[in-house]
Amino acid sequence: MRRVYLDNNATTPLLPEVFEAMRPFYLEQFGNASSIHHHGQHARAAVEKARASVAALLNSRPAEIVFTSGGTEADNLGIFGLVQRGDHVITSTIEHSAVMNSCKRLEQMGCEVTFVPVNSRGEIGPDDVRGALRPNTRLISVMMANNETGVIQPVEEIGSIAQEADVFFHTDAVQAAGKITIDVQKIACDALTISGHKIHAPQGTGALFIKKGTLIQPQIYGGSHERQRRAGTENVPGIVGLGKAAEIAKHWLESGGAAVMSAMRDRLQDSILSAMEDVGVNGLGAPRVPNTTNLWFDHIEGEALVIALDLKGLAVSSGAACSSGAIEPSHVLLAMGLPHQRARASIRLSLGKQTTREDIDFAIKVIPETVARLREISPAYQKQPVC
Amino acid sequence: MPTEPNTGARTVAAQTIAVAMSGGVDSSTVAAMLRAEGHNVVGLTMQLWNQRRLAGHEGMPEQVQGRCCSIDDVYDARRVAEDLGIPYYVVNHEERFERDVVRPFIDEYLSGRTPIPCSLCNNHLKFDQLLLTARQIGADLLATGHYARCEFDAARNRWLLRRAADPAKDQTYFLFGLTQEQLSRTLFPLGHMNKPQVRELAREHHLALAEKPDSQEICFVPGGDYKRFIDAYLAEQGESLPDTSGELVTADGKVLGHHEGVHNFTVGQRKGLGVATGSPLYVINLNGAEGKVTVGGNDDLLSRTLIAHKLNWISIDGLHAPGADANAPTPGDSIKPVTANAPVRVTAKIRHRHEPAPAVLEPAPNGEVRVTFDQPQRAITPGQAVVFYDGDVVVGGGWIAEVPNSLKCVDVAG
Repeated sequence: MRRVYLDNNATTPLLPEVFEAMRPFYLEQFGNASSIHHHGQHARAAVEKARASVAALLNSRPAEIVFTSGGTEADNLGIFGLVQRGDHVITSTIEHSAVMNSCKRLEQMGCEVTFVPVNSRGEIGPDDVRGALRPNTRLISVMMANNETGVIQPVEEIGSIAQEADVFFHTDAVQAAGKITIDVQKIACDALTISGHKIHAPQGTGALFIKKGTLIQPQIYGGSHERQRRAGTENVPGIVGLGKAAEIAKHWLESGGAAVMSAMRDRLQDSILSAMEDVGVNGLGAPRVPNTTNLWFDHIEGEALVIALDLKGLAVSSGAACSSGAIEPSHVLLAMGLPHQRARASIRLSLGKQTTREDIDFAIKVIPETVARLREISPAYQKQPVC
Repeated sequence: MPTEPNTGARTVAAQTIAVAMSGGVDSSTVAAMLRAEGHNVVGLTMQLWNQRRLAGHEGMPEQVQGRCCSIDDVYDARRVAEDLGIPYYVVNHEERFERDVVRPFIDEYLSGRTPIPCSLCNNHLKFDQLLLTARQIGADLLATGHYARCEFDAARNRWLLRRAADPAKDQTYFLFGLTQEQLSRTLFPLGHMNKPQVRELAREHHLALAEKPDSQEICFVPGGDYKRFIDAYLAEQGESLPDTSGELVTADGKVLGHHEGVHNFTVGQRKGLGVATGSPLYVINLNGAEGKVTVGGNDDLLSRTLIAHKLNWISIDGLHAPGADANAPTPGDSIKPVTANAPVRVTAKIRHRHEPAPAVLEPAPNGEVRVTFDQPQRAITPGQAVVFYDGDVVVGGGWIAEVPNSLKCVDVAG
C-alpha cells in the first residue's frame, strides 16, 4: 500500500544526510567527549561543531546552546531552571504539554501562574501578556509557533515586554525551528527550546538556548557537562545528527525552502476547501509556519477520519493522544473558542522536507472522498437504541 | 446474506470486519479467527473511562485496580493486533459512556433500582457508537467476543438472536436491546463454542494471552465497591449525594430502624441490614422517593408478575393486543409457537444468573408489557432486564419497571 506521511509536527523522518553524519559516531568514533585521549577529543570536536551549527540556526553564540534529551527536557530546564517558589509566571492556554504541565507543576510548588488566552485565530495578544505582569513576575513562557495550528506567535513583541519589565522570557520554538527564521537577538529571549526530531534529526535530541549571563539552575545533577547546566555524558551521535539537521535547515531557509513548502501546503489546503462544503481552516488569517494546516470538517469525528485515512495509507493527526492512544479534543482548538464538536472534527496536516508533489496529490484525492463517506454514514445512522 | 443456522455463525465473504477488542481471550480469539479466514480485520478498543480520574477521591484506591480501559488491557490488545498483523486503534468514547452508562448507573441506584451497566454499554456504546465508528472507517461488520448467536431467518424476514451453544456462557441477557439494523451488522463468532474450545483456539493461534483470566466485575468500578464509586463521582462533579436515607420497615409498617440511603441496598439482600430479628430478613422493596426500605421474610420476595418498559423486540415486531387484525402482514405472524398476538407464551429471565421461567406476555398501558410467570419468582428486581425466550431464540426484552400485585409498588419516576 502507498503510504503518505503528513504528520511531520509529530515527528519527522531522519534525512539520509543526517543519518550518514551520525553513523561513524555509533561505530568507529565512539569516544566519550569528556575523555582526554584521541577518542574523546574527536567526540568533543564533533559535539562543538554541532553546537556551532545549532547556534548558527538561532543566531546565538555556541556557548549559549545546551544539548538535552529533547524538547520536553529543554522546556523543563528553561522553566524550572529560572523560577523559584513564590514567583509569578505568565504562559498561554495553547502551550504544548511540556510547558503547560510544567507550569501546573509550578503551581503545586508554590508559584502563581497566569494562563493568557488566545483570540479565535489562535494568537496570543501581547497586551494580554503585558496586562498579566505583576511585581513578582519572574518568567514569561510563550511558544513561538503552535504545534496544532502552526500559528506564529508575536514573540518579538512579547520579548520586548519582558525586557522592559525585566523578567525572563522563554519560548518553546520546537515547531518554529527549521520552518521559519529564528533570531534570538530579535526575539530578545533568555531561553529558547528546539527539538531534534521535528527537524529531521533523531528522536531523543534537543537543545535549549540560554542567553549568556543568565543564571540557570540545573535540573539534572552529575558531572560538569554542558558548562554545568546539564549533567550526563553527551549523546554524541544524536548531537551530531542535530547539528547536521540544523545546518540543512539553515541552508533550506536561506534558499527559499519555506516559500516552496507553503505553496504546497496552500495547494493542499485550498484543494480540499474547494472540493467540499462545511470545511474550514483553524487559525486562518494568522501568520502560520509553512508546513501546517489544521482543518475542520463539520458532521464528522476527527478520530474516525484519522483512522479511515490511515487505513487508506495517509497519516495525519487529530487532537492529543492520551496514554491508551485514544484521542482527546485539542485544548488548543478549545482555547480558540471552537465548539466541542468542531474541535473533535478537526485534523492537522503537516508537511516535511521529504513531502512530494505526489504526496499532496494523494492527500487531495483521499481526504475529500473519505470525509464524504463519513458524512454519508453519520446522518443516515440515526437509529437510536431503545434502552 | 447466507446463514448457517446449525452453528449460529454467519458465513460471510471476505470483507472488512472490525473486531471490538478488549485485550481479553475471547475478543482476541475472534480477531485471530477472522484473520485466518482471510478477512480484512481492524481491531478497535474503546477508551470509555479514565480509571485515574477518581483515584484517591473519597476513599477510592490510589492504585487503580479496575479492568476497564486499563493500559495493560490496551497493551494486550495492541500486542495481539501486532502478532496478527492487523491495524488496531483505540477510540475515545468517554463522553458518551459517562452520559449513557455511568450517569444512569448512579441515578438508578439512587432511585432504589439495581442497574445493569453492561446492557447500557452494549446498547449505547458497543453496538451504537462503536458500530458507527466501524462503518465510518470502512468496515461492513462488527464482530465481538460475546457468547451469543446471530442469524438471519428468511422465513420471518428477521435477524434472530439465539442463546449461545454453551448455556453457562450465554450472554444474550445483556444483548436484548439490539435492533434489527444492529444485528444485521454484527458477528458473534464464539456463539457456537464453549470457553475451553476458545482457549484451545487461542493457543492454536499462538495468542500470548490464551491463559489470561476472565474479567467479572463492573469494569469502571474498581474492586466492585459501587457505593464508594458513587460517592467519589458525585464529589468530583461537585454534587452532593442526594439524601435517600430513611426508615427500614416491615410490610405492615413496623419501623425496625434507620438506613443511610436506598442505594446501599438491593432487592433480595440479606446481609448488612443492621437489624437483628429472630427469622432471616430480606430487602423486598426499595422506594427512593420516600427513602423507604421494606424488609420481610423469604416468602415476601416471591411474586408472579412484573411490568416491563422500554421494550425491544427481536424475533417478532411487537406485541399486539388480543383481537388485533390477525391478517395484518407483520413478519411475526408466521412464527410458531410464538405469535405476535398476545398473550404470548415465553420463558423469561429476570437476572443474569436466572434460569428462564415459563411466563405469559400481555400488553399493558403506555407500551409497557405485563409478564406473568407460571410460578412465583424470587426477588424480581426493578432496574434489571427481563429477557423473553422461545427456546433458545430471544423474542425480545425490556427493563423491569415495577412488580405489582404485591406491596412492591415501586416509584417509577426518574
